[in-house]
Amino acid sequence: MSSVAQKKGFGAQVWDFLTTVDHKKIAILYLASGTLFFAIAGFEAILMRIQLMVPNNDFMSAGLFNELLTMHGTTMLFLAATPIIFGFMNAIVPLQIGARDVAFPFLNSLGFWMFFFGAVFLHLSFFLGGAPDAGWTSYASLSLYSPGHGIDFYVLGLQISGAGTLISGLNFIVTIITMRAPGMTYMRMPLFTWTTLVSSSLILFAFPPLTVGLFLMLVDRMFGANFFDHTMGGNTIVWEHLFWIFGHPEVYILVLPAFGLFSEIIPVFARKRLFGYSSMVFATILIGFLGFMVWAHHMFTTGMGATANAIFAVATMAIAVPTGMKVFNWILTIWGGSIKVTVPMLYALAFIPSFVAGGVTGVMQATAPLDYQLHDSYFIVAHFHYVIVGGIVTALFGSAHFYWPIIFNRALSEKLGVLTFWVFFIGFHLTFFLQHFLGLMGMPRRVFTYMADQGWDAFNMISTIGAIMMGVGVVLLVINVLLSIKSPPVNRRDYWGDGRSLEWALETPLPFYNFKQTPLVRGFDPYWIEKEEGNEEGMVYAEPLGDIHMPNNSIIPLGMTIGTFIAAFGALYSPWGDQAIAGTADSLSKAGSLTLLIGGLGITVACMIIRSVKDDLGYHVTKAEVEQTERALAEFRAKGGKR
Amino acid sequence: MDINQKFTPQNWPKHAETATQEGKNKFVGLWIFLASDTVLFASVFATYLALKDQGPVGMEFAAKDLYELPLAFAMTMLLLFSSLTSVYAMYHMKNYNFKGVQTWMAVTVLLGFGFLCLEIYEFNHYVHIGFGYTQSAYSSAFFTLVGTHGLHVVIGLVWISALIIRNAKRGLNLYNAPKYFMASLYWHFIDVVWVFIFTVVYLMGVLG
Repeated sequence: MSSVAQKKGFGAQVWDFLTTVDHKKIAILYLASGTLFFAIAGFEAILMRIQLMVPNNDFMSAGLFNELLTMHGTTMLFLAATPIIFGFMNAIVPLQIGARDVAFPFLNSLGFWMFFFGAVFLHLSFFLGGAPDAGWTSYASLSLYSPGHGIDFYVLGLQISGAGTLISGLNFIVTIITMRAPGMTYMRMPLFTWTTLVSSSLILFAFPPLTVGLFLMLVDRMFGANFFDHTMGGNTIVWEHLFWIFGHPEVYILVLPAFGLFSEIIPVFARKRLFGYSSMVFATILIGFLGFMVWAHHMFTTGMGATANAIFAVATMAIAVPTGMKVFNWILTIWGGSIKVTVPMLYALAFIPSFVAGGVTGVMQATAPLDYQLHDSYFIVAHFHYVIVGGIVTALFGSAHFYWPIIFNRALSEKLGVLTFWVFFIGFHLTFFLQHFLGLMGMPRRVFTYMADQGWDAFNMISTIGAIMMGVGVVLLVINVLLSIKSPPVNRRDYWGDGRSLEWALETPLPFYNFKQTPLVRGFDPYWIEKEEGNEEGMVYAEPLGDIHMPNNSIIPLGMTIGTFIAAFGALYSPWGDQAIAGTADSLSKAGSLTLLIGGLGITVACMIIRSVKDDLGYHVTKAEVEQTERALAEFRAKGGKR
Repeated sequence: MDINQKFTPQNWPKHAETATQEGKNKFVGLWIFLASDTVLFASVFATYLALKDQGPVGMEFAAKDLYELPLAFAMTMLLLFSSLTSVYAMYHMKNYNFKGVQTWMAVTVLLGFGFLCLEIYEFNHYVHIGFGYTQSAYSSAFFTLVGTHGLHVVIGLVWISALIIRNAKRGLNLYNAPKYFMASLYWHFIDVVWVFIFTVVYLMGVLG
């Protein structure tokens, strides 16, 4: 069986990752691919900032600028932030609730591959005739008439990766509901698990409207339907509503886990119990609920009328209340604590003021009359980057340092981490703080250049310098990651010394079954409780040592995904769409397109049938094998983790 | 869970569908999936309501004249009764009567297939009189809403048929009991969605 000490060949390793259903390995896949797309999207941002560095710049064409701004936004939200957060959820949530794996390991793997192939599909657009260029919101009035296949790549790529996200979200909900260890009641769950639960529920309700919106766009562009074509009775506002019913909760889908991660980091380094736990839980649920009530604040200027605008304005402002509760709780957790300023804590301390700044400008925009002024200006760009970089990216960087020992059994360098933090943090504020004022001075967003002497030149130059600093910060983080490969292994539990929840009670490297015996949870912060009582084991057990049931690996998820990937090309090059009729884009023959569509979906359906007909009962790891694995691991740790 | 474990009606668990951890996961998972699917249908319903009767200037089709209630009523009856027969199948599953389960599931498939045939007839008829998918925003929205439901029916039929065929020779056990239960739950959901389609599309359509 897969004891750690065994060394595998390269081919076997690759096969292992292609077929794995282990949440720890899927977490690594998510983290790696999320980082890849984060780097791509960050590079796009720096190119855009170079274009905007000086007025009347001709570094790139207007068309390329549109493609880059679309791909930057789309990639960052769907293909960078989401997978990295999923990486942490996969790695940590099962450990926090005392589970051996997620509820549906097969679906976990399927979700990852769908996300990954959707992302690859979207990025192939750069090589196959041009990327999407209608902004990440892809408003129908603009995107419907975009020549070439760019928008088609957007629609199909997001359709596939969105399906993967939905599948993973469902999996997390069920995992948290059914797989908790004995004693892990809802009100003992760590905050990260809570925010994962709420944010997965948001995924569950927010992604279907996106699926429908994308489908309508798909059939409109590729198969001649008329949802958004006003000459045929269509209505482009339908897209705006469907998109924002998804789009606004998406922001909370990303930021709630970030809140959860900080709620794990802060108590550990303040060495105090999280202040106001139950109000934190309540605030999380409330933010999740209100997140669905406010989508139309993105559409104040659409012309919905004063009543609708007023209702959505008030609902939007109401979100500031539970968010404020959370901010005060974090501050009061730190208050009077015995604080250790490590790299994760630095990010947490930087997060609070940065995120509050983003939140306050959000409330400003919630004021509908003011929004008419701010709409589509750089003020908006500044606002959402404060929320996303100040809230989410700081959480991801901080948690990378925080959880690296558990995920990889290595630690990231603190010294380099502090340097990275300052370069990134200063760069972030340089980039975006001045953009508030650019917006107030009237600079519109999504423009590829501007005239000189409008008072924008200096601010744009400084903003670009900041963006380059952020880029340097990311490079430093990547160097830190690479250096960690050669660093000595951690080989122990509780790397930070003050871990509180169950994941810190496990000795790294983890065995593939996580817990040799299911733990018994005796209260909130279970590991802290055991430490206080001097329990050397770190946990008490709910069962004697025995056989462990584990799921089988499977290649079928990859097969299903490849089927949809092939079918997407059939739809993309469909000869029935308006694009093909207008002669603005290449298409296949009817037979060719149908072959790809039916063949691709056929592969997917065939894989589903195989999955359905072939019994998959998993396997049992016997008690003797568990004991042997534990011995091998102990030996491995004793030898300093050298193979 | 041992797949070869033999049961009798006496020792068969009262809730076989949730007797194992896998069964519990599937049970919760399917309910949650249905919640998500509800939002999907809500979005398509909303789109349909926004685009109903909307088309190019001078469009000759309107919901008031298009739909034929007797056909829609026949379809409704077929689907409602198929839901009832799937309840019979679950009733027999509780009593560990595998033959009853298979028979009533097969009847469910037949009724569902009848529904599907009527739907295909209806679609074909509309296309024949010029109300094709690309005719107007209204036609696109109509076919997308009713077609999405139709696709769910097709998936349900393939699913239940696969279950019947796969398990024909081995009888009930704790591995396939949750599968039958989930398929029947999904089938009820399709039925409920149809009730809304019947009301919102056909009844409200005929009223104008």
